[in-house]
Amino acid sequence: MRAARAAWRFLRSEPFAFVGAAIYALIVVTAIFADKLAPHDPREILRVGRRVARYLPISPEHWLGTTSSGRDVLSQLIWGTRSALQVGLTAAIVVVAIGTLMGLLAGYLGGWVDKLITRLADIVLSMPFLPFMLVLAALTTPGTTVVVACVALLLWPNTARVIRSQVLSLRERAWVEAARVTGCSNTRIMFVHILPQVLPLAALYGSVAIGWAILAEASASFLGFGDPDTISWGVMLQEAYANQALGRGAWNWFTPPGLAIVSMVLAGFMISRGSEKLLFPKLADK
Amino acid sequence: MSRSGFLRLVAERLGFLVLTVWITTTVTFLLFRLMPGDPTLAYLSPTFNEETRTALLRSFGLDKPLWEQYLIYMGRLLQGDLGTSFLQRVPVSQLLADALPNTIILTLVALSIAYAFGIVAGAFLAFQRGRGIEGFAIPAALATRSAPEFWLGMLLLAGLAFQLGWFPTGGAVPPGSNLGGIGDRLASPEFWRHLFLPALTLVLYLQGLPLLLMRATMLEVMNDEFIVMARMKGLSRWSIVMRHAARNALLPVVTAFALGLGASVGGNVVVETVFAWPGVGRVLVQAVQGADYPVAQGAFILISVVLATMNTVADLLYAALDPRVSVGARR
Repeated sequence: MRAARAAWRFLRSEPFAFVGAAIYALIVVTAIFADKLAPHDPREILRVGRRVARYLPISPEHWLGTTSSGRDVLSQLIWGTRSALQVGLTAAIVVVAIGTLMGLLAGYLGGWVDKLITRLADIVLSMPFLPFMLVLAALTTPGTTVVVACVALLLWPNTARVIRSQVLSLRERAWVEAARVTGCSNTRIMFVHILPQVLPLAALYGSVAIGWAILAEASASFLGFGDPDTISWGVMLQEAYANQALGRGAWNWFTPPGLAIVSMVLAGFMISRGSEKLLFPKLADK
Repeated sequence: MSRSGFLRLVAERLGFLVLTVWITTTVTFLLFRLMPGDPTLAYLSPTFNEETRTALLRSFGLDKPLWEQYLIYMGRLLQGDLGTSFLQRVPVSQLLADALPNTIILTLVALSIAYAFGIVAGAFLAFQRGRGIEGFAIPAALATRSAPEFWLGMLLLAGLAFQLGWFPTGGAVPPGSNLGGIGDRLASPEFWRHLFLPALTLVLYLQGLPLLLMRATMLEVMNDEFIVMARMKGLSRWSIVMRHAARNALLPVVTAFALGLGASVGGNVVVETVFAWPGVGRVLVQAVQGADYPVAQGAFILISVVLATMNTVADLLYAALDPRVSVGARR
């Protein structure tokens, strides 16, 4: 309850973070009630009389028109929130878990562990993200698993670096020393005493990782390595591009999914920017 | 930093670059050979007949154990031999050499414009700290960074190319005509007309980072003592911003430029695909889609090497430009 009140106070004082959180809330609610909110089945091929309802413009019946195969754009957009949240959250959790663990080990243990992890992070950061994902998708089965795996494998160093520097300062605190002299093991100090202290910071990087994962999924789908059976914003854009929506000027088809991606990624950026001031008060005076 | 200190830093970074490239190429080798499926995929096309198959297997040493194959792979790589394309039957190195200039031209043009704009706009915004324009400009800069590059490209294509007909819808030259040498390309107005939309897409996507970076470092520098001093001397606000603050704020932006150059060569994959721009990224995508494994492998190695090299350059630039950085302090 106290945490909830603190979160509310924080959101009210930071307009950026407030807008970001509001966007997330909207997307989560839409995803939960997607089946009730969507006016049509997103996969259903709609007909007008006996003809397939291709490329219908915006109308009261179809708020965002229909696709080249006669499917309702708005319904696909609404169902897309589920896949976006699924990819975003899984990737973010995995990235943050790996990054936090690596940062914790490097920062707390120091010595050769620290050197090894820092070097590893440097090497991972010099892997090109999209090309790596393409190659991995081509050599295994394309789909969301590859996207999540790539985000996890290649983006953990960002989180790890920040957590590491935070742990470096935390481990010098008196209460860590106190825990040590009372006989706590290193493992206990790291995971019971230090970990809870760095979790808010880790969550912050998680909110940015959600955005990265969604962008990655969209790019993979666009290049033809998405999961064609899911309804996602990336797959919608790919279909629009591949079916001459651009030449036909079907703005109602290819604009909304892009805007949805922008708003969700932007929400992550805004939350992290807003909470930076909370976590690093020094920056706030600037 | 002393001269010898800097030389030691250069040696250290170059050593790390070699290590990184070695690890990347090894990972690539393992990726292409240990993945489920036929490990000979990287060199053999299913369309080859039995005779060619065994001959090729032997010539590449694919009948040998893995470690021996690895030595052969590394040996060939060092000689710049990346194998032969299945689909086009030409050396991979030649395909890449044809595509690389297009990618570099696109990246350099887009990055230069994006950074020129970002630096000026960022400095301006720092100057306007606390005014109304901030509430609009910062979310706008963040939004362009949040948009998928290919979607920005699609919007520009639909609007400026298909609807208004101002620009061609793809490629680097009109269909049927020849690309020609680099000099011919740069001298041809058609080439620039084709370059415009992909470059504009990249500019929109890339300008956010230098803008936000420039603004943040400017705000930091503006509070420094020498700026306060300049203000007390009664210098005009503009002269303070441009002559004193901007110069010191540029450092992180210059580093970001070098990093961005490396990242873009790989990141251009989607933009090159949207506009059918004949660069390295498109070569990679087409190779992956067509199961042309030697080309995919070669393109991936090239992109990784460029990225690793530019990361090293960025590191050294940072050290060379900022006298406060001591050896190894950044990592």
